[in-house]
Amino acid sequence: MVRVHFSRRQLCIPYGLFLALFVVIPMLLILFYAFTEEIDGVLTFTFSNFLNFFTSTAKLSTLLMSFTVAIISTAICLAIAYPVAYILARSKLRRRNVLLMLFILPMWINFVLRITALRELLDLIGLLGTQNYLNTIIGMVYDFLPFMILPLYTTLEKLDESYLEAAADLGGNKFTVFTKVTFPLSMPGVISGITMVFMPSMTNYVVSDTLSNFNITILGKLIDQYFTTYDNWHMGSMISIILLVIIFVTMLATGGFKDDGREARGANLW
Amino acid sequence: MNERKMDEKIIQLVNVSKVFDETTAVENVSFYVRKGEFITFLGPSGCGKTTTLRMIAGFDIPTSGKILLNGKDITDLPPNKRPVNTVFQRYALFPHYNIYDNIAFGLKLKKVPVTYRNDKGETYTKWQKLTRREIDEKVKNALAVVDLEGFEKRSVSTLSGGQQQRVAIARAIVNEPEILLLDEPLGALDLKMRKEMQIELKEMHRKLGITFIYVTHDQEEALTMSDTIVVMKDGCIQQIGTPTDIYNEPANAFVADFIGDSNILNGTMVDALTVRFCNRNFRCVDDFERNEKVDVVVRPEDIEMVPPEQGMLVGRVVSVVFKGVHYEITAMVGRSEMIIQSTQSREIGELIGMNIAPDAIHIMKKELTCNRYDGYITKKNTVVFGDGEFDCDVTTLYPGSHLDEDGYLITAQGEKIDLTDADVAVEVGLTDIEISDNAEEGGARGHIVSLIYKGDHYQYIVRTEENEEDYVLDTEDLWNENDYVSVKIKPENIHMKLKQEIK
Amino acid sequence: MVKKILSITICVAVLLFIYAPILLLVVYSFTDSNVIGKWDGFSFDLYVQLFRDAEIMQILFNTIWLALAAALLSTVLGTAGAIGIFYSKRKFAKPLQAVSQIPVINAEIVTAISLALLFSAVFLYRTYLSLIVGHMVLCTPFVVLSVMPKLKQMDPNIYEAALDLGASPSAALFKVVIPQIFSGIVSGFMLSITLSLDDYIVTAFTKPPMFDTISTYVYNAVKNGTNSSTPALRALSALIFIVMIAVLLAINLRARRPAAKKEAAQ
Repeated sequence: MVRVHFSRRQLCIPYGLFLALFVVIPMLLILFYAFTEEIDGVLTFTFSNFLNFFTSTAKLSTLLMSFTVAIISTAICLAIAYPVAYILARSKLRRRNVLLMLFILPMWINFVLRITALRELLDLIGLLGTQNYLNTIIGMVYDFLPFMILPLYTTLEKLDESYLEAAADLGGNKFTVFTKVTFPLSMPGVISGITMVFMPSMTNYVVSDTLSNFNITILGKLIDQYFTTYDNWHMGSMISIILLVIIFVTMLATGGFKDDGREARGANLW
Repeated sequence: MNERKMDEKIIQLVNVSKVFDETTAVENVSFYVRKGEFITFLGPSGCGKTTTLRMIAGFDIPTSGKILLNGKDITDLPPNKRPVNTVFQRYALFPHYNIYDNIAFGLKLKKVPVTYRNDKGETYTKWQKLTRREIDEKVKNALAVVDLEGFEKRSVSTLSGGQQQRVAIARAIVNEPEILLLDEPLGALDLKMRKEMQIELKEMHRKLGITFIYVTHDQEEALTMSDTIVVMKDGCIQQIGTPTDIYNEPANAFVADFIGDSNILNGTMVDALTVRFCNRNFRCVDDFERNEKVDVVVRPEDIEMVPPEQGMLVGRVVSVVFKGVHYEITAMVGRSEMIIQSTQSREIGELIGMNIAPDAIHIMKKELTCNRYDGYITKKNTVVFGDGEFDCDVTTLYPGSHLDEDGYLITAQGEKIDLTDADVAVEVGLTDIEISDNAEEGGARGHIVSLIYKGDHYQYIVRTEENEEDYVLDTEDLWNENDYVSVKIKPENIHMKLKQEIK
Repeated sequence: MVKKILSITICVAVLLFIYAPILLLVVYSFTDSNVIGKWDGFSFDLYVQLFRDAEIMQILFNTIWLALAAALLSTVLGTAGAIGIFYSKRKFAKPLQAVSQIPVINAEIVTAISLALLFSAVFLYRTYLSLIVGHMVLCTPFVVLSVMPKLKQMDPNIYEAALDLGASPSAALFKVVIPQIFSGIVSGFMLSITLSLDDYIVTAFTKPPMFDTISTYVYNAVKNGTNSSTPALRALSALIFIVMIAVLLAINLRARRPAAKKEAAQ
């Protein structure tokens, strides 16, 4: 008896190969490039890219500035998104799904077009070319706001009303109910929103380029420059590694590995 | 069913084992099923009954052993090649098909040989799909069998649980399998529906004349429906027999406990056709070696209540529950609990006598792995059992606890507990008991009533005088029968479990 | 009452922020003016220009076929991958799922340069192959994420039931499993299209030199100072905004209606 078993498991082989070839190997290549340099056409192992980054004031200030822009953008996003998500989730409206839709709809429209449209508006009111940092932050908030609203709405909507009633019943006023019950219970949404806004705000250079007339260089732009302008792929790879470490640390700190809110992007609309 | 047919073995499992990631689900199981039989695998969840069924269906491949269908090895045959169909526990109807398409699913895939005659008059056979008409006809008949005529166009979601169950059965039997496998098919139905379906399934089995292999954890269902019951536990077969056999002559204490209500007591064969339990000797009909440790099973309906002075056993009633047809009375005989079913009621606290006829006492050989006793904790934090008093470590009763200066137990949570008179179940391993000449040394004293040489060691039984409690122990030392000895057990070797929570 | 007014004010203000730039562009796409802010009277001239502009039409076409091809390939690969992972043993499934998460968590720029490194090493940098693969790396993990929950929701016995009734494993897969997870596959496909249409960074690093999508074209227009207020581009943006908003709202309203009806009926 020949044991011919078509196996459903075998279906993951193509995808496994795909991931190995186009995700794992490329990531290893970054690592390889980051710790090598080319001298007279010969690749040699080196720490110089690493040392260079941490001794260059220009690069360190770019990192610091990127960080600041990302933190401010994320904070503003949260400050705007939380009340909106709270109002939507707590409202008794029958059509609140459609209302939510209006808030997150931009997610599905090409962001380059939206940012250029914003550029026109900023131009019209005279901000373009004068307020580069402000414009960049407005742009980041504009681009990533829906990604903050959606996870917040999802957690707040699932929040069991009886917790709030219990807290009120036990003597909590509206303020304490919010600070002691609602907000802590919505933390998963907050964290998920932060991880989805913070990292792109450090790297999406289309926003900063378009709205600062190419005057602001965020970390993502720096990588791009080393690849396209300066043609130093080794340094570009090193900066990528540093960026990866930052992503990893923020994910670890926020526990974002457990529940990735990006899944919500697909589940909600299509 | 005709006799000849019943003799044919339709399916046979030979030394079949199944291991999932190091856990053994089925261990070295062998049995056969006769053609046309209604056989039931019965056992608690995790006993391996469903895995056995799944191996017959072909969903799981045995780790070792063989499965034969009509004498042919089908161990590695995939499910779609087996003449076997399954009714799943949660029906597994295809939600994207209507009732007709669900039932016709197997028929549409089926190819049957059709014989043609060509111009020259020669016959030849072609494998062909069933025609639309044939499929319609078969689906209609299958729906008639399960009383769902006219349901063809309905969607699955519009059906009740019971109706979905019927569709699942129709979907399986329409393929005319040699064996129908049913995996707890009535588990999701309510009680009334379940009773109705039991009768219908039995009726269907009679009409179709095919073999039914049924899996359930419900002993009543198994007793009602089956020709043969296979009782399983921990991946092993405990007993195979007709419902009557299994109920009346359970092979061991597990089967007795699982099938029907029963009182299971520790006993010892003290003489030919005489067993001792509850500190009294009883005549019985089963014969075993003298001094053999046995499980005694007495069905609650087999205990006769009599005035205390006429009873072989005397107990005090602790609870009375009305069960509709009878009362269930629980009485304490010493420290043993006895459940009695009777049409008469008694008052709580009343003393009653109990008589048990010799043929109502079922005796089963006990695989002795350790000594078991009922005991209690004293004021001094020692434990009394088996006619003796032993030092013990009471902190083992509560993990993380310790004793305070006054001898009270302080739990890990800081609660203070008085253990005085707490009932405990005590276990002592056979090798953990020592015997000594010095009568003062041990916790209990008795005579050696039996010694058996077991190859590399001796097994002794020490019996106390007062209540004739036995200590069974393994040792390499040589003693003589009738020696008077004392029994020593180290505190760490006395394993105790509280019988109930202390408030 | 105060609370209600406050709530409405917040919502309206945020919606205004979100839609003001879009609205501005849409409004000024219906006038012939060269700069935004100057109204030269209502006209469809920009749209006429747009559809006459062969270059923009080519780019629109590029963007769409790239999205369709990438989404189709990603959906097939991702669906097979999800089924394979779902039925694999934990020790294979876990690492596969972890690696599958990398492109999801990773910054797009890192994904982009990693692919640039790979394809330049094999002399296929900036080819159609690198472009399609780049988009597949972005999309496929999301297909897996869309299909996986459907597999988890599916009755595990359904596949076995099909085998039991005589279906071969591949027949069981296509007749029973695929229909069961179809909604997940569709949403994975739609999500892939969205991600592909939305992408700039990976496209910029993998595209052939003479190939442009809407994203790269508009970005370069801004960069080269020709500016997006190239009137025809304004019409293109406006058109895309209108079409997308209309389609999304239509899908959403239609999808929710039967559910609402059911609720009302009960």
